[in-house]
Amino acid sequence: MKKFTGSENYVATKELMNAVNVAIALKKPLLIKGEPGTGKTMLAEAIAESLDMKLIVWGIKSTTKAQEGLYVYDTVQRLYDSQFGEGDVSDIKRYIKLGKLGEAFASEEQVVLLIDEIDKADLEFPNDLLWELDRMEFYIPETKETIKTKHRPIVIITSNAEKELPDAFLRRCIFHYIEFPDQEKIRDIIKVHFGDLDRKLVDAAIEAFYDIRGMRQIMKKPSTSELLDWIQALQISGVDVKKIKENIPYIGVLLKKNQDIDVVKGYRHVY
Amino acid sequence: MFIEFMLALREQGLSVSLDEWLVLMEALDQGMAGNSLLEFYYLCRNVLVKTEADYDAFDLAFAKYFEGVETVDDIPAELWDWLNQGELERDISDRPVWAKEYDFDELMKMFQERLAEQTEKHDGGNYWIGTGGTSAMGHGGYNPAGIRVGGYGRHQSAVKVAGERNFRDFRQDQELDIRQFQMAFRKLRQFSTRVEGAKTELDIDGTIDATCENAGMLKLVYEKPRKNTVKLLLLIDSDGSMAQHSRLCNQLFQALHQSTHLKDLRTYYFHNCVYDYLYTTPHCRHGEWLETEWVLRNLDSEYKVIFVGDAAMSPYELMARGGCNDWYTYNEEPGAVWLEKFTRRFKKCIWLNPIKEDRWRFAWGSRTIQEVGKLIPMFELTLDGLDKGIQRLLVR
Repeated sequence: MKKFTGSENYVATKELMNAVNVAIALKKPLLIKGEPGTGKTMLAEAIAESLDMKLIVWGIKSTTKAQEGLYVYDTVQRLYDSQFGEGDVSDIKRYIKLGKLGEAFASEEQVVLLIDEIDKADLEFPNDLLWELDRMEFYIPETKETIKTKHRPIVIITSNAEKELPDAFLRRCIFHYIEFPDQEKIRDIIKVHFGDLDRKLVDAAIEAFYDIRGMRQIMKKPSTSELLDWIQALQISGVDVKKIKENIPYIGVLLKKNQDIDVVKGYRHVY
Repeated sequence: MFIEFMLALREQGLSVSLDEWLVLMEALDQGMAGNSLLEFYYLCRNVLVKTEADYDAFDLAFAKYFEGVETVDDIPAELWDWLNQGELERDISDRPVWAKEYDFDELMKMFQERLAEQTEKHDGGNYWIGTGGTSAMGHGGYNPAGIRVGGYGRHQSAVKVAGERNFRDFRQDQELDIRQFQMAFRKLRQFSTRVEGAKTELDIDGTIDATCENAGMLKLVYEKPRKNTVKLLLLIDSDGSMAQHSRLCNQLFQALHQSTHLKDLRTYYFHNCVYDYLYTTPHCRHGEWLETEWVLRNLDSEYKVIFVGDAAMSPYELMARGGCNDWYTYNEEPGAVWLEKFTRRFKKCIWLNPIKEDRWRFAWGSRTIQEVGKLIPMFELTLDGLDKGIQRLLVR
């Protein structure tokens, strides 16, 4: 059996790898949650790359309907064609276009299917997909055809927890929550991006960063990408390292909400 | 197999279903737990727990159930039947690194102590005091980070990982979850095609008629999709007395903000009662406001209004001029008059009260609760109350 062990550009924790392999072995969709900037979407790419499979991405928007993922029947085109005598109108198949889910099901080879940000969609959306994800097949009444998978795709679903997902849907998934990287791991990430930096600068920045993340009143915690931007700003401007923790220069890079900046400033006044 | 473990999980309030349990059994049959209790722990969590909010409860149950299972000998024979492939997990005291840096016995003792304490307090229903146990650990120089010892994750036992309870911040012992709120708010819709927007939906009947008129030549007719026309004005009390209900109100607020089906949603805040100004932020700071008159003038009467507040205040705040409890503003008209202005302007108003209905007559501020209830129909902020309130907003 194929096993996911991370890829060159993606460092996965052991827990995450475990979760992926469990999902693959049990043939269940893997639901990934986590703070923004913890690499949820990247995971699917890494799996596809390391297992050498094609990646099909179905990005979900607030207007996405479950049906669109399966297939779309282009009635209007068919009506027009019949009017003007173009093409073989009796062949309904010509007017059935498979969606991303349909594409993944119909594929000759096993693929990785990423259903990205499922929580963006309508509340009922996950429920509408229950049968299809369970059985990995669906029926097209227009052509009396059943699209069935030859090789069950590896399904990765990401969620930002904007909406809560229905229980019936959750029960069918393997779930993993990507934790925010700890200091050790953050150091690795910084190293990947900037190479070797002044150690004192990195230390001070990381310390200040986790300090801010630890404040309970912060509404939007700064994420990895914000830390990287911040370190770059600090590096370019050549701020005195000793002052980083005290003054938090360029705080706007880290925090995007006025209230949050006020919170941090409040702390600084006290101490 | 492990049925008691499943029951222990359910006791902790995790809704583990039989389906999920069978999936776990299948995984074990396939040898997915590898050869260690730690992998077994992750496997169980992956399969049985579906939200990070439940990770903590899972950790507690796991740690409790497998408490004694620290060494190889202690693991029940059945467990080993499942885990019998490969090398056995080694006793944690074998780790030279641990032995060098920490006094292992003491660490274990504290760990056990904390575990006992946590369970006890949790059973008492007072979760947050339970975290006091955690700091006790920190006291001896072994904070949770200390137990984890960064790079040695592979060598820890599952019970230790579980015992760390890294996910306690995610816990939410909640009365209502956001989804339930959202489902309730779904009912808040009045469809109409009389809204601006592109005609994008094929009108089948219209197309047939038009095509017939057109002597059989196809003529397509489109119509506007039906859209929800409900506009909502949400007014939230963010006074100190509401702090105890803040989680509930927060969820209501989030549920509404994530609802995409409303045509418009305005949210303002007030202190205890509505006066001359409505605040634009929950902090209710001086100056961050809109004139209430402006809101009354500019929002059309179709807006449905939901007040969220405990309505518990001193009678003068509702009845007297100058009763407003903001030092810097003086209200010429008492709060009750302002509330009346709202009911005159907007035909549909309701008041949601986080205080349970059976306490309205006895709770602190019961007098003003009665008075406000006379002006605006009041419902308790529960799923049931919300349903009733929404129905009230929709009747014509």
